[in-house]
Amino acid sequence: MSALDAMYQQLILEHAKSRSGADLTADEATSMPDQPGVGQCHQLNPVCGDEITLRLELEAAGSQSTVKGIHWHGDGCAISMASASILSELSEGASPDELGEMIGHFRELMRSRGRLEPDDEILGDAAALAGVAKYPARVKCAMLAWVAAEDALRQAVATGR
Amino acid sequence: MVMVSTSATAATQVALSDVEVLRIRNDFPVLDQEVNGRPLVYLDSGATSQNPRSVLEAEQEFYELRNAAVHRGAHHLAVQATDAFEDARATVAGFVGAAEDELVWTANATAGLNLLAYSFSNASVGTVRGDAARFALGPGDEVVVTEMEHHANLIPWQELCRRTGATLKFIPIDDDGALRLEEAARLITERTRILAFTHASNVLGTINPVAELVALARAAGALVVLDACQSVPHLPLDFKALDVDFAVFSGHKMLAPTGIGGVYGRRELLNAMPPFLTGGSMITTVTMEKAEYLPAPQRFEAGTQPISQAVALAAAANYLHETGMERVAGWEASLGQRLVTGLSAIDGIRVVGPAAGVERLGLAAFDVAGVHAHDVGQYLDSVGIAVRVGHHCAQPLHRRLGLTATTRASTYLYNTTEEVDLLLEAVAQVRPYFGVAGSGASK
Ligand SMILES: Cc1ncc(COP(=O)(O)O)c(C=O)c1O
Repeated sequence: MSALDAMYQQLILEHAKSRSGADLTADEATSMPDQPGVGQCHQLNPVCGDEITLRLELEAAGSQSTVKGIHWHGDGCAISMASASILSELSEGASPDELGEMIGHFRELMRSRGRLEPDDEILGDAAALAGVAKYPARVKCAMLAWVAAEDALRQAVATGR
Repeated sequence: MVMVSTSATAATQVALSDVEVLRIRNDFPVLDQEVNGRPLVYLDSGATSQNPRSVLEAEQEFYELRNAAVHRGAHHLAVQATDAFEDARATVAGFVGAAEDELVWTANATAGLNLLAYSFSNASVGTVRGDAARFALGPGDEVVVTEMEHHANLIPWQELCRRTGATLKFIPIDDDGALRLEEAARLITERTRILAFTHASNVLGTINPVAELVALARAAGALVVLDACQSVPHLPLDFKALDVDFAVFSGHKMLAPTGIGGVYGRRELLNAMPPFLTGGSMITTVTMEKAEYLPAPQRFEAGTQPISQAVALAAAANYLHETGMERVAGWEASLGQRLVTGLSAIDGIRVVGPAAGVERLGLAAFDVAGVHAHDVGQYLDSVGIAVRVGHHCAQPLHRRLGLTATTRASTYLYNTTEEVDLLLEAVAQVRPYFGVAGSGASK
């Protein structure tokens, strides 16, 4: 498999088209939600214009809380859109700590220039994005949604208490 | 003897031929390499161009034989360096149709536009002495730009207007990427103090009608600033003949190294303008209270200048002059047409700017339905083709076109028709590769 094919795997291209969680409306994306347990973050890559507004909602599960869902509004390349789609599916039902760990591991993977092997247990479908790490110029594309999710999670946890 | 028709003879005189281009390529060491196992196809000269050996050697020779600070000190090397620096100015001034003292060195076009905007800004505040008052802007005054500007010829004017209270207006474009001249005639009024526009668009490839716009500005008494970043490298031109007041360009887009560019200004204007950067090398008398300034160009060249870069830029101007700008422009015009015609024939490709058959630079920016420009660029890179993707520092223009990003292939005198055809072949593979062939519009 060429490096290009390794980056643009079928799974990635499918996510780029189906875009799970890409159902936040443009109106919702421009207004900050004012509810406890909800966080929202806008990220822009000024180099290529890729853009995402991501909303993360927590729900109570017993004494703990878990991610109820990630919904986003965005526009960008196949990598950034697929990455947001995968993240949206992965995060559902995760505890804040689990999501934080996922984000941390994904960031390390992306920064590894291809030296790290993805941990499928932690990353699930996001492991398919490992090929991006060989293209430093594209790492930001892959990270866009994850950076937004990290900030939205922080807000949601802070207001959820 | 080979028989050629008279029209073919005329054509070979006005444009380079594929054979000559192959010879020219030998002068550019960087072009001779493989990328991802394929010969490099460099189609990003609109962003930055490559350097011929003569330019690289001129810079190296300067450092090996003549390096010293210029305009100070009387030792042998200082004299040599000063001569080389000022000879370079004369060469480049001659290349763009300016007098020597009407060419100010800057780092690049962006620095040149900021020099102008900040000088006008300085003329607008505090106690402005003498002639400088004529450049002062304030509430009620207007600056007019166009919808197709590079951010470099937009943001400095936005900021100037913000600082002075003047109003910024823009001439819109039509769907074919041409300026709407009837709107220009309406927008340029006696309130207009500055008309700043690009000679040629780095995205659309449109070549703007300078004479018409200058006439409108003259009638309104406005100063004309020309962004010649995409024209000086690619078209034969003469700033005096174009009758603009100011013009800017960048060396790195015309076969020279980075770090050097120029501002042309009419002598009487430059000498009346307040300086922008101040400090050493631009003064006559300095007391603890105030300073008197040298006339242009030194007036605008505070601090140690990019000397070897200026020398290299002169070598680049010589290279272009010897090749012949008419012939360079003719060649690139044919490559530009080949790009538009070829790209437009591919399913799902929308080329922005002038239609096939209409004058344009040797570049084409395009949208690929269903595939983001970033992914298009990545695919092309995988087969050795270098293009630019993104908004090309023209966000308002892209917004007007209903796009966030495009892919741009831009040629120069060293690109062959074969390279354009390689691009066309590769672009035709993009939608099938990303599995969107046959589907509708992008997004
Ligand atoms: C039309 C135009 N104006 C201005 C610039 C800015 O040039 P530089 O970045 O060299 O200052 C560019 C370069 O992209 C350009 O194409």
